[in-house]
Amino acid sequence: MTYFASGHGACPGCGLPIAVKNVLEALEGKCFVANSTGCLEIISSQYDRSAWGVPYIHSLFENAAAVAAGIEAALKALGRKDEGHVVVFAGDGATADIGIGPLSGMFDRNHDVLYICLDNEAYQNTGNQQSGLTPTGSNTTTSPVGRLMPGKLGRKKDMVSIALAHGVPYVASASVAFPRDIRRKAKKAIKFEGAKYIQIHSPCVTGWGINGKDAIKVAKLAFETALYPIVEFENGELVRVRKIKSRKPVEEYLKMQKRFRHLFKHPQGKEIIEAIQKIADENAKRYGLDAEQ
Amino acid sequence: MMKVVRGFHAVAHSVKLCKPNVICAYPITPQTEIVERLAEMYANGELGSCEYITAESEFGAASILVGASATGARTFTATCSQGLALMSEVLINAAGMRLPIVLVNTNRALSAPLSIWNDHQDSMLMRDAGIIQVYVENNQEVHDMIPQAFKVAENRDVMLPFMICMDGFKLTHAYEPVDLLDQETVDAFLPPYDPPVKLTVNDPLTFGCYAPPQYYMEFRVVMQNAMMRAKKVMQDVFKEWAEATGRDWGGHVVNYHDDAEVVVVTMGSLTGLVRDVVEEMRGNGKKVGLLKLRTFRPFPVEDVRNAFKNAEKIIVFERAVSFGHEGPVAMEIKSALYGNSSPDVYSFAVGLGGRDVPRTLVEKCINNVMEGKIEPGFRFEGVKPFEEVIV
Repeated sequence: MTYFASGHGACPGCGLPIAVKNVLEALEGKCFVANSTGCLEIISSQYDRSAWGVPYIHSLFENAAAVAAGIEAALKALGRKDEGHVVVFAGDGATADIGIGPLSGMFDRNHDVLYICLDNEAYQNTGNQQSGLTPTGSNTTTSPVGRLMPGKLGRKKDMVSIALAHGVPYVASASVAFPRDIRRKAKKAIKFEGAKYIQIHSPCVTGWGINGKDAIKVAKLAFETALYPIVEFENGELVRVRKIKSRKPVEEYLKMQKRFRHLFKHPQGKEIIEAIQKIADENAKRYGLDAEQ
Repeated sequence: MMKVVRGFHAVAHSVKLCKPNVICAYPITPQTEIVERLAEMYANGELGSCEYITAESEFGAASILVGASATGARTFTATCSQGLALMSEVLINAAGMRLPIVLVNTNRALSAPLSIWNDHQDSMLMRDAGIIQVYVENNQEVHDMIPQAFKVAENRDVMLPFMICMDGFKLTHAYEPVDLLDQETVDAFLPPYDPPVKLTVNDPLTFGCYAPPQYYMEFRVVMQNAMMRAKKVMQDVFKEWAEATGRDWGGHVVNYHDDAEVVVVTMGSLTGLVRDVVEEMRGNGKKVGLLKLRTFRPFPVEDVRNAFKNAEKIIVFERAVSFGHEGPVAMEIKSALYGNSSPDVYSFAVGLGGRDVPRTLVEKCINNVMEGKIEPGFRFEGVKPFEEVIV
């Protein structure tokens, strides 16, 4: 049985199928998937062409966490809890913006659900509109670069900390650049009874303006610049971080993507790049990302 | 067992007997006491293996039931007003996914201005959602309707959400004698939920797919077909209930007087008062009658046509307005009669936002119509004299 069949509609270079396949394989297909409206849903669930080899439900944009909670409650009530794990796949907008209420409710009630946020850093399904997880300076269609505006103002919402603040037993970040780590984290997560949150950084070739063959390289650079810390918390304690051997300046990451290219010529660009470097430095310090030389 | 209980108790007790697997709700006045009673039963272990969940919002509550229902659980919720409006996106989705969620709507006005009191504006909002809508007159009727709602909703010819509308406060908080059902009666009437398809690892299916234009329309056609089939299924279930309990509530409509020239139409708790007024008028030789409309969706076109065969004038007492047009029930009645008969239709919006509907007002409205003092059409009644100031 293929858990996520080929022939789906993802762009070449899209990170989402990498994340999804690795999670489903780690769980050996023993799972129920609730998926929010978004890229993944659109590429995989057209009527008569479903890519899913596991039980799958898509309801709305903002309610996947609640739908998953309902699946879990029903499995419990019907004595079918052993049938499989309940997993959510939701985009960054569905997670951090429109669906944060139901997500917070699911965390708060601590349902036995593994929530996976597929973070491609904007509403990419509809053509790169800004979300709460869009990073500083990114050029999106709703935070466009103009004479006055230098792209997104404000920072990327810290969902990892928001998840931790709910006291859920397992919280982690990951990247499609490291698929083995995704599998390990999915396997680790399901050992915890209660709500689990894993945020997986996943490049979008069209929205980020990158070449499909460079997607993994770009995802790796996000980690190597400390803009995307890869961390793991168990019961609120930071238990593991992926160390960076030799941290790279953020420019190396930014210059590879059209969404940041304006920063190298916009009047406010220098200032924004400095702010982005500061975010990376803070991340490195906060999580101890730099490997000891 | 006959007991004097409040409406919310009549609901909660009946829900318990239906053995739902997942109950999920968010408290809102005047529904709160229903979910409080259910929470109490859960806390005391009276709900068996049922999961009771307090959601973070009505939106969350309905979404949780979507997941639960798709997994094969019998599900229940209750809400009203702003809560129903907040649930609406999910309920419309549940109808499209053909999930037989049963909910009680304790009818309450919509904001603004904020009002916790009764009218039907909230449930009218869901008219086109693909959700069965029934209105009850009293607490015995709501108590009896709950097992019937599950049976209809879960019927494979139907598979749609079912909303029972009961007037907020007027019924939810009223003490009435209710012949409380026992477990044996409900068990004999309502089999466990056995869905045709469900989310299971043993047979992985995709629920909630998206449908491009070459597929979408057929999904909507079968929803309409299911609604139309529900008319017959409901009639059968109503009959079966009457046989099982000895309480015959009638069909989609209850037409009390075949001979009436002027027929008054009501939905919900107003029926009792209007029935009383009509009976008294008939005692005085007036050719007036009463039609109680129980089912609003699917709309019982044939029953309505049949009931109004001899009517010259129809009076509708409405607890809602379709702003920019008229009362929603009057609209449906006119539509049902079009091309069949053409009585004059008088639509009176009364009792909005909990405004009292006194007996004298009902009498005045009926007399005005009977005596030809007013023109057919829509009007508000029971409004205080006031001057509208346009600023």
